[in-house]
Amino acid sequence: MIEFHSVSKQYPDGTLAVREVSLQVPPRQTTVLVGSSGSGKTTLLRMVNRMVDPSAGRVTIDGDDVAGTDAVKLRRGIGYVMQNSGLLPHRTVAANIATVPLLRGWKRHDARERALELMDTVGLDRSLADRYPGQLSGGQQQRVGVARGLAVDPNILLMDEPFGAVDPLVRRELQEELLRLQRELGKTVLFVTHDIDEAFLLGDRVVILREGGEIVQIGTPAEILASPADGFVADFVGADRGRRALHVQEVDGRSLVVDADGRPAGVLAR
Amino acid sequence: MNWILRNLDEILELTLVHLALSVPAIILSFVLAVPIGWVAHRYAWSRGILLTLCGLLYAIPSLALLIVLPALTGQSLRSPANLVVALTLYGLAVIVRTAADAFDAVDPDVRQSATAVGYAAWGRFWGVELPLAGPVLLAGLRVVIVSTVSLVTVGAVIGVQSLGSLFTDGFQRGIAGEIWAGLIMTVVLALALDGLAVLGGRLLLPWARGGRRRPRLVAPDPTLQAAEAR
Repeated sequence: MIEFHSVSKQYPDGTLAVREVSLQVPPRQTTVLVGSSGSGKTTLLRMVNRMVDPSAGRVTIDGDDVAGTDAVKLRRGIGYVMQNSGLLPHRTVAANIATVPLLRGWKRHDARERALELMDTVGLDRSLADRYPGQLSGGQQQRVGVARGLAVDPNILLMDEPFGAVDPLVRRELQEELLRLQRELGKTVLFVTHDIDEAFLLGDRVVILREGGEIVQIGTPAEILASPADGFVADFVGADRGRRALHVQEVDGRSLVVDADGRPAGVLAR
Repeated sequence: MNWILRNLDEILELTLVHLALSVPAIILSFVLAVPIGWVAHRYAWSRGILLTLCGLLYAIPSLALLIVLPALTGQSLRSPANLVVALTLYGLAVIVRTAADAFDAVDPDVRQSATAVGYAAWGRFWGVELPLAGPVLLAGLRVVIVSTVSLVTVGAVIGVQSLGSLFTDGFQRGIAGEIWAGLIMTVVLALALDGLAVLGGRLLLPWARGGRRRPRLVAPDPTLQAAEAR
């Protein structure tokens, strides 16, 4: 379990990115940090693998303060997937996936075998193994990013807006893929996004952050939709308007679910 | 023309001497420029100082430098080492700024993600930053190659043998063919070394061919898809 114990982060220029956040990230579940830019969600995520050190408070993994660990070793044990995939453009797909195993000193052959295995796992054709990332589509690159994050079978997977830069259709596909993977693998996933729909789709638990790095509400998607903590949350999740304000309309004897604009969203199943 | 045919051996020998003077200077300036450029890139405060100092080297007249250097290095004026040191300094002047730019050009996202997956600083330099700086470094190297090969000829004025000796000798004795031979061979040598550098780049930086800008949201390349379908 990852725990944040009243962590704050103040940057040298005085901006407070995170203010006194306490949070428990339960194991083998997906916890999504969601908020607009400036809400400190990425900063929180990066505290877990010490890409950012908190200026106050502690982050612990299974009770051990990460500040007491060797940062490089720690990072090699935590999966990390970022926006624009962050792949090494000068390494082939297979080499990219094998990055962490190779850093950990695996034999080349074993690392490559593992990379090919993971390509199957994330739904990439093995024929792409010797391509360079620049030769792949955005969605394929992102799959490579996920495979790289899983390479050493880490317990924790940090995902920093991993699907933020791909087009909506591909994003949907990648989200479904992640749900499938998570059902199979059961990692402790900490996922950052600014897209509330993505948060509700992927998160077992959703943490809503406000500008200035404060938690406004934590709960399951259902809890948050049912009882938003305050006006900010209600507004942020759009509970009262648009696509989420659904009501039922009887049309030709069937119950149609329509949104606030009167667009049909579906049919009520009996 | 007759002169050239009668002196092919000498031309060939001077070409090899010329090569032996250029290559060490080219390699030395490249090897020294990489760490200097990296420091200039990494530490903002050092950038202005380093780039200005290296740039100023180029402002020193070559003859003056060749004459002053022996007092600093203890080498004799006419030794090849004296010339190599001078050429290295000029090479530095040409390439250090490019080297700093080369490291600047490495995508910060890539650098950061390398750190995030567990690269330590040293490994990241060799495994990520240096190779990614490669294409720009290569461009700088090519300029150094051409400028060094042509600068070697200046040594002839103080008596260091090279293809430049064909200029001085040909000029004194009024043999146009000899001057032409020196000129042509200098150009040929520069082009040959440049070609080698390009070839080396192809082998070492196979990923950099074609558009090397990272595609973010590009549509799948139709030619690749066609290749895939086959």
